[in-house]
Amino acid sequence: MKDKVIIAGFGGQGVLLAGMVLAQTALEEGLQTTWFPAYGAEMRGGSANSTVVISDEEIGSPVAVAASVIIAMSDQGLGRFLPRAEQNAVVIVNSSLIKNRPEKDGVEFIFVPASDMADTKIGDVRMANLIMIGAYVKKRKELSLESAKKACAKAFPGKPKILEMNMKALELGFNYAK
Amino acid sequence: MKQLVKGNIALCEGAIAAGCKAYFGYPITPQNEVPAHMSKRMVELGRVFLQAESELAAVNMVLGASAAGYRAMTSSSSPGISLKQEGISYLAGMELPAVIANIQRGGPGLGNIAGSQADYFQAVKGGGHGDYRMIVLAPYSVQEMYDHAYLAFELADKYRNPVMLLTDGVVGQMMEPIEARAGNLDAEKKYFNKDWVLDGCAGRKPRLLRSLLMAEGDLEKHNRELEKKYKSMSSDEVRFESLETDDAEIVVVAYGISARVAKTAVKKARQEGIKAGLIRPVTLWPFPSKTINENARSGRKFLVAEMNLGQMVEDVKLAVSGRCPVEFLGRPGGGLVNEQEIFENIQAMKG
Amino acid sequence: MEAREKELRKVYGKPEALTSTPHLYCPGCGHGIIHRLVAEAIDELGVRERTIGIAPVGCAVFAYDYFNVDVSEAPHGRPPAVATGIKRVSPEKIVFTYQGDGDLAAIGTAETVHAANRGENITVIFVNNANYGMTGGQMAPTTIIGQKTTTTPFGREAKRDGYPIKVCELLSSLEGVSYLERVAVNNPKNVIKAKKAIKKAFENQVAEKGFSLVEVLSQCPVDWGMTPKDAIKWVEETMMKVFPLGVYKDKGSI
Repeated sequence: MKDKVIIAGFGGQGVLLAGMVLAQTALEEGLQTTWFPAYGAEMRGGSANSTVVISDEEIGSPVAVAASVIIAMSDQGLGRFLPRAEQNAVVIVNSSLIKNRPEKDGVEFIFVPASDMADTKIGDVRMANLIMIGAYVKKRKELSLESAKKACAKAFPGKPKILEMNMKALELGFNYAK
Repeated sequence: MKQLVKGNIALCEGAIAAGCKAYFGYPITPQNEVPAHMSKRMVELGRVFLQAESELAAVNMVLGASAAGYRAMTSSSSPGISLKQEGISYLAGMELPAVIANIQRGGPGLGNIAGSQADYFQAVKGGGHGDYRMIVLAPYSVQEMYDHAYLAFELADKYRNPVMLLTDGVVGQMMEPIEARAGNLDAEKKYFNKDWVLDGCAGRKPRLLRSLLMAEGDLEKHNRELEKKYKSMSSDEVRFESLETDDAEIVVVAYGISARVAKTAVKKARQEGIKAGLIRPVTLWPFPSKTINENARSGRKFLVAEMNLGQMVEDVKLAVSGRCPVEFLGRPGGGLVNEQEIFENIQAMKG
Repeated sequence: MEAREKELRKVYGKPEALTSTPHLYCPGCGHGIIHRLVAEAIDELGVRERTIGIAPVGCAVFAYDYFNVDVSEAPHGRPPAVATGIKRVSPEKIVFTYQGDGDLAAIGTAETVHAANRGENITVIFVNNANYGMTGGQMAPTTIIGQKTTTTPFGREAKRDGYPIKVCELLSSLEGVSYLERVAVNNPKNVIKAKKAIKKAFENQVAEKGFSLVEVLSQCPVDWGMTPKDAIKWVEETMMKVFPLGVYKDKGSI
């Protein structure tokens, strides 16, 4: 198994944090993993992205020229990274914010209205990031919801309320995806 | 269980485990996590953290703390490391141990903030003035950021010499699971019988730490003493990793982040039936010239992959001594070499 | 029987904090006097065995040959940074820097200002002789307007070279500074005042009062091209007008 996951959106959507939770999930499963952020000027205001590589073998580059998974949180994020999708890539689209239906041959699109679900079902639109992670975890048999929850717990130590909301987000995304 | 840690944070924790008593730094991307983390951890541990007014000041504060007998460190990224060269030359001349980390970014000048390997010459050929050498460690993973930080302090004390950790923005910024291997040494402990430390002349003659030697012949003598030390470093401290070089027809030489990428490319080449191998210098000085030389057998080809316009390739060519062709694949200005590029180069060299 | 000989009483001698090495300073130079004052202060406070000095680059580069204490060299202008490094890891030591005007107020301005601003608990002895003595008398940051040096052969001109930097005045606005005084060693009266100031700058450190700096106006007859006597006159009649003596800050006395 080897996945090169790019999570892309804009600043404030929690794409760096989502990547960290995902990398920790892989670690909980005993897999190899790396996390790499877009850092510096890009972090402010505009686009934000992070790359997570998950593999059962030693990982070379933590940077993905081509991605096997794209988690697109915004229009801009999708536009920028869709051209980098490999054959048979999985592209998870936050359909609340991305209104058009992108097309690309040899790519499986999964549409998750993550921002709306976060808003209506959790009451906090910022939870969209872990809804998307939940949907991705469902797609990979190597990863489990339990591991994702364990990872989540490590991301929010001493913040039980926020943790509970994030756990719910993971479940919502997991259950939404097929 | 392993912990998911950022490269720059692992560097801090490795230094802390080695008993680093004082950290002096200055903000610059992509190493900002280092002063930020140290500002919290060092204070919690009752050790010294200080944000200096410049990289010049920071390295000279390290010089002072080292003169007083304690393990001290500074870090920066390329433009800031240029400023530290003054202090590095004095540390070498005064024979003071110190650890300097360079989380390289693109250059020349202000360049950019992407990872780069363009400071190889500066690090290994003596970026400061005068005839000196320092051990240069090139961590290529978050685990090695931790391990090499620890090792750097040991080597610095062992030789009374500055040691540089030369890595880049990618290794500094990435997260990877690591194990904290080394034990936590006592920061108050003085390491390796330091009979040269300035701690006040109670019950002994005053001591002097200097690099100025004006009397006729004194400086030459001092340089000869340094030479002896550099010779023992170069015979005892060479570190490298090699992968599938025994039967390799194409030997890739790469260090740091480029070596990770090269490793994947070499494995892919093997899967495709191409006899490729990898030599990864772990110390850039002393350089694994002997190993490369022994590998330079007839019929073989070398490929050097670096994130610059061709720096380490010169040392590889020296080691190969014209016995095999040496090709170069470089990405300057903060570009990251990728697996496919290296693989395609290997394929093309196979012919 | 009473002893007939008078008891021999030592009335003057070399301070313990000075070595026996003869100074290589030029005839009429102020450094020798200032060295002695520093050494006396160290002896009187009984801190010689826990004192660490920082030698600069400049005329006092060989200060380590003369002070009978632990000494570290520093790159040009960096003594306050080196002193900071030592003092932060060894706060119980007494750390002083001995710097000239080029070292302290040109190449090392940033290190001076920031060590002062942090209130580093160190003592700085700043020797102002209005030129770069060791390299043969070039313009210093403290060279006064009209003064001829090897790099201002027609005299320092404000339009081209800027103005002399008044270090005590400059640093007096910084909150971290504890004590600033400008003194001179042109006559016995001023030497005694200079001694008091230098001792106080060390006492402040012992009492953990923070950054103390004493600026000493010093004569440099050889590079000024004057006799020692004329050099003293020049300090009195010319330098003191630009650099008035006095206490510029004293937090401890408030």
